[in-house]
Amino acid sequence: MFTGTVYKFGDNIDTDVIIPARYLNNPDPAALASHCMEDIDASFAGKVQPGDIMVGGWNFGCGSSREHAPIAIRASGVRCVIAASFARIFYRNAINIGFPILECPEAAQAIQNGDRVSVDFDTGLITDETTGAVFHAAAFPPFIKGIIAKGGLLPYLKAELEEKKED
Amino acid sequence: MGMTMTEKILAAHAGLSEVHAGDLIEAKLDLVLGNDVTTPVAVKVFEEAGFTRVFDREKIAIVLDHYTPCKDIKSAQLCKTARDFARKHGITHFYDVGKAGIEHALLPEQGIVAPGELIIGADSHTCTYGALGAFSTGVGSTDMAAGMATGKNWFKVPAAIRVELKGKLPPMVSGKDLILHLIGLIGVDGALYKSLEFTGEGVAALSMDDRFTIANMAIEAGGKNGIFPVDEVTLAYEQGRVSRDFTVYAADPDAVYERTVTIDLDTLEPTVSLPHLPSNTRRVSEVAGMPIDQVVIGSCTNGRISDLRIAAEILKGKQVAEGIRCIVIPATQQVYLQCVAEGLAEIFVRSGCVFSTPTCGPCLGGHMGCMCEGERAVSTTNRNFIGRMGHTASEVILASPATAAASALAGCVADPRAL
Repeated sequence: MFTGTVYKFGDNIDTDVIIPARYLNNPDPAALASHCMEDIDASFAGKVQPGDIMVGGWNFGCGSSREHAPIAIRASGVRCVIAASFARIFYRNAINIGFPILECPEAAQAIQNGDRVSVDFDTGLITDETTGAVFHAAAFPPFIKGIIAKGGLLPYLKAELEEKKED
Repeated sequence: MGMTMTEKILAAHAGLSEVHAGDLIEAKLDLVLGNDVTTPVAVKVFEEAGFTRVFDREKIAIVLDHYTPCKDIKSAQLCKTARDFARKHGITHFYDVGKAGIEHALLPEQGIVAPGELIIGADSHTCTYGALGAFSTGVGSTDMAAGMATGKNWFKVPAAIRVELKGKLPPMVSGKDLILHLIGLIGVDGALYKSLEFTGEGVAALSMDDRFTIANMAIEAGGKNGIFPVDEVTLAYEQGRVSRDFTVYAADPDAVYERTVTIDLDTLEPTVSLPHLPSNTRRVSEVAGMPIDQVVIGSCTNGRISDLRIAAEILKGKQVAEGIRCIVIPATQQVYLQCVAEGLAEIFVRSGCVFSTPTCGPCLGGHMGCMCEGERAVSTTNRNFIGRMGHTASEVILASPATAAASALAGCVADPRAL
C-alpha cells in the first residue's frame, strides 16, 4: 500500500510522447526519465516526486514497443500507473520489468490531477484520499503477480530454472 | 468449439489440442527479433539476469535498421552493443549496414519467417508477418531477452475480429488505403488485445505487398496481430525463399469471432490519416490542397518494390514541386537493387527526390528527414503521433505511396486519381 500525488493525462497517450524517439539513443533510465512526457508536459520531469502516481485514460501506452516507456516512467519516480485501459505491448512491458499498473476505467475517469491517491496492489483497491472515493481494479492472475513479485520476467525465469535444478 | 487461425497456431506451439480466447499459455517460439533500439536493452536484461547462452542461435534475428547508418555517437554505441552480442553468440540472422534493411521487409524477403510460425519481435510492427499466415506480434526488450534465453514466452490467447473483404481495389487505391480506412472505422484501440483475421473473397486479389502493409498496421488499431489466410499468392511468394517445411493453418468454419467488419474494396478511395492519430482518417478528396513541406516514401509499411513502382510511375518525367523535399527510401538492399535495375532510382533522382539507403530514419523522427516547428509531411509511414517526425508542432499525414507521390508533384495533399 502506498500513497502519492496524481499526474493525470488523457486518452491514447502514446509511447512517442512518454519518451520521444529522439532520446532512445541513450537507454540509461535516468536519462530517459529526464525527458519523460516532455512532448505533452515539458515540466513533468522537473516536478514529479518519488512515489507519485500517473493516471491515464483509454489505450495508455499505444504505439511503439519501446520498453524505454515504462522504464522512463518508473525512473521518473512514478510508483504506479492507473489507466482506463493499456495498449497491450505497454501492458506486457510494465509487467515484465516488474512495474505495477492497474486497469480501472472508473478510477481513471473520477480521479483528478493533483488528488492524493492510495493504492493497494495486492487487492487492487484504489482510494482517492482527496474525495474519499474507492475503486476496485481487477487483480492480476497469480502467474503475473509472481512476475511482479520477483521484480520482472527475467528474474522470475531465472528463479524458475534454479528451482528446477534443485529438484 | 472451432478455432481461429491465430488460436490454431498458438495451440500448436503450446502443445495443446485446443486453446481459446482468454487462455494464458506458454508457447514455443520460432523466431525472436530485435533491432538497434530494442536489442541493447534486451542484452542488458539478459546479462543482468545471469543468462549466458541463447536457446538457438539460428532462431534469433537482429537487424540494425532504426538509426542506421548511425546518426550519432550514442546510436553507434547501441549498434556496437547489438553487434557484439550477435558475434558473441554466433547469431545467424544478424544484419548490419550493407546487408540490412528495414526488419519487417527484410525478414519475409529473406525467407526467415514463414506461414504457421510463431514470431515475437521487439518492435511493434512485428505483426507484419501475419500477411504470410504466421502468428507474429510485437513485444518489448524483456520479452525479447526471455525469448532468446528460453525459446518460449507467455501469451494470452486473443479474441478475434473478422475482417471480411469483398470485391477488388480500384486503380490508385492500395492496401494502405484499406488499412487506414479500417483503423478509421474501428479506432486506435478498436482491436486492443485482439487479433484481426482478414478473410473473404477480396483477399485473393490483394498482392503480397498489400497484405504486408495491412498486417503491418494492425498494431495501429491496438491489435495483437493481424493475419491472412495462406493462398496461392502466399505460396508463390514463398517459392524460392523458404526451403524448410512449414504448416498452413486455416480457421475452422465454426471459429468464434467477437465481431465481423465487412469492407467492400470496390468502394474504397485514396485515404489519409490527419494528425495526430492514425484513426483520424479522411478521403483524400476531402482534404486535397492542404499545404505540405515534405514527402516521405518508404518504411516497413510502404518501402517494398510495388510501393516504389507506383511512386515512380507517378513521378516519371515530372518534377517535385518547388519547396517540397521528397525522400524515397527502399526498405531493403534487394529493393534498392531492384529500383536501380528497373530504372526507378533514376526516375526518383531526376524528378528531384533524394533516394536513400534503407533505414527507418524519418518514420520515428530519427534522422534522414526530421521536421522543425510548423512543418507538415505526407508520409507513407505508420504513425502520426505528436512529434513523431520531429518537432512537437510538426505534423504527419499518413498516406499511400500513390497519394504521397501525387502530393510531392502538387506541393500539397493531392489525389493520385486526379493526375
